Amino acid sequence: MAEAKPIDGRSLVRRRAGLRLWLSAGWLTLLCAVALFAPWIAPKDPLAQDLFLGRLPPFWVQGSESGYWLGTDSLGRDVLSRIIYGARLALIVALVAGSVTCVIGAMFGLLAGFLRGWVDMVISRLIDIWMAFPPVLFSILLIAVLGPGLWSIIIAIVVIDWTRFARVVRAEAMAQGAMDYVASARVAGRGRLGTMLREILPNVLPTIVVLLTLEMGIAVIVEAILSFVNLSISTDDPTWGGMIAEGRTSVHQAWWVLVFPLVTLFLTVLSFSQLGEGLKDRFDPVLR
Amino acid sequence: MPFLRILLLRLLTTAITLAGVAVIVFFVIRVVPGNPIAMMLPPGATEADIARLSALYGLDKPLVAQFGIWIAGVVQGDFGTSITTRQPVLDLVLGRLPATLELSIMALVMACLLGGAAALTGTRYRGGRTEGAIDVANGMALSVPDFLWGLVLILLFGVLVPVFHISGRVTPSLDLPFATNFYLFESLIRLRFDLWADIVAHMFMPALALAIPLAAIIGQLLKQSLKETMNLDYVTLARTKGYGETRVILREALRNAALPTLTLVGVQFTFLIGGTVIIERLFSYEGLGNMAIDAVINRDLPLIQGIVILFAVIFTGVNLIVDLLYTVLNPRLRHG
Repeated sequence: MAEAKPIDGRSLVRRRAGLRLWLSAGWLTLLCAVALFAPWIAPKDPLAQDLFLGRLPPFWVQGSESGYWLGTDSLGRDVLSRIIYGARLALIVALVAGSVTCVIGAMFGLLAGFLRGWVDMVISRLIDIWMAFPPVLFSILLIAVLGPGLWSIIIAIVVIDWTRFARVVRAEAMAQGAMDYVASARVAGRGRLGTMLREILPNVLPTIVVLLTLEMGIAVIVEAILSFVNLSISTDDPTWGGMIAEGRTSVHQAWWVLVFPLVTLFLTVLSFSQLGEGLKDRFDPVLR
Repeated sequence: MPFLRILLLRLLTTAITLAGVAVIVFFVIRVVPGNPIAMMLPPGATEADIARLSALYGLDKPLVAQFGIWIAGVVQGDFGTSITTRQPVLDLVLGRLPATLELSIMALVMACLLGGAAALTGTRYRGGRTEGAIDVANGMALSVPDFLWGLVLILLFGVLVPVFHISGRVTPSLDLPFATNFYLFESLIRLRFDLWADIVAHMFMPALALAIPLAAIIGQLLKQSLKETMNLDYVTLARTKGYGETRVILREALRNAALPTLTLVGVQFTFLIGGTVIIERLFSYEGLGNMAIDAVINRDLPLIQGIVILFAVIFTGVNLIVDLLYTVLNPRLRHG
């Protein structure tokens, strides 16, 4: 009976979870490599315009030009090269904005959930106020205030999304704080800060890692939305959102300008999210 | 805790939240570089012109005084005058609100129908391939936000198979007999089904894009609680009476499984309304969100303030209603 195939539901779930974890990680690794080696991989200069080569279709369509694999936009810029360079901005925003948001939000959440009292009251009230803002409008407003640019995007994402971490970590820290091991640590002579960082934090860490992965996907989307409304970085630099905005206006004449950056963005966001969900399953002791 | 005390406490926290929103939005947008007055005057305007107009809009006073004047007006229902259109902010905002409300409610209905159908089908064929397929679809729908679904829909139903309109709220050449801005609702009341069909063809894709992520959440949660309910004794009893599986799910299980989902839908509805901002932009739909983005781009400070406050009122209002409904519906909380 040892060779019998595992057919119970749980192993099926695990196998599917494993596959999507690997697929997502694979796509994101590929993207990182492409972003890192963009100058060597990109077939063309992403900024080079040639009005005689405007709106060339991708290579398998009649009328394409060799070398422009995924066609060109209305200004004759190579779509593939712009997607490759756009990956740089998307990944920098995902990594930097995601991590900073995570650190700040988790810190507020830990403080509120562990210290309780007036600290919790102030932070919870702040979270309530933040939740009453429409996030997209808030981010657009912040970019208008800060001026376009990479740092503005990162600051806007941190300012808006810290509550995602704070809310969840606060609840987790509260639950952990009520457990016996925390009381024992206090009895054993650990200070409040020590208990928070050495006892509570490690137990909340899996949740934080999952949230961080999800947040990176959200950061990519926010950047795309801001470029879409033309508020991200300078309009010349290749961004996926900027390409999508251009593709949206010329979708009836040149579908490829919209489709290829959209597919890239879609897969990237899906990968971050599936990676997060997959990690959640891994960390979840019930499924393991 | 008696109901009245809960109500008063929630009203108090809601008031604090709204006050916080007002303070933050007022001071954040005052940091905006670029003088909005200089932007609304023709290039030949003199310093004196700018000073006169600034005084007219109260922009020459200190910040705290400006805030005081603005808040005193807001409390009386006066949100100031838009700098770009020179119309009262309240009129502009209330003129666009119906468009956004209709879109949000249509999206909510779609989400409930899609999510409900997914949950019921998944429960009916649980443990099989159908349930697996529904789970995968739910996972996908949940992972990708409304903005990307909107773009995908534009490609599918706007370009590939052009059956719906990809921009606007109604075909501009149509003659509209409406007295209110609730086009969808009023076209039904007036029995103008030609107009109604045109409006739906415009709203379908933006509403669906907003609905997809929420439908996935509803589908997942409702299926989970349906499956738990299906193992309860009273459901087994109904089965032994010879009722078919579909009837047991629809008549017996659904009613008990729906409450946790309903509470969640309330909270998620505010996220959906927040999503209208970018979705309206994407589909050039003339609602509040689209106007908000234009207001930010044009540095129309009074208009931005008004729209943000209105959104905050809607969000906190929906949350308040959901909380109170939950207290009323859940006896454990009422008598606890």
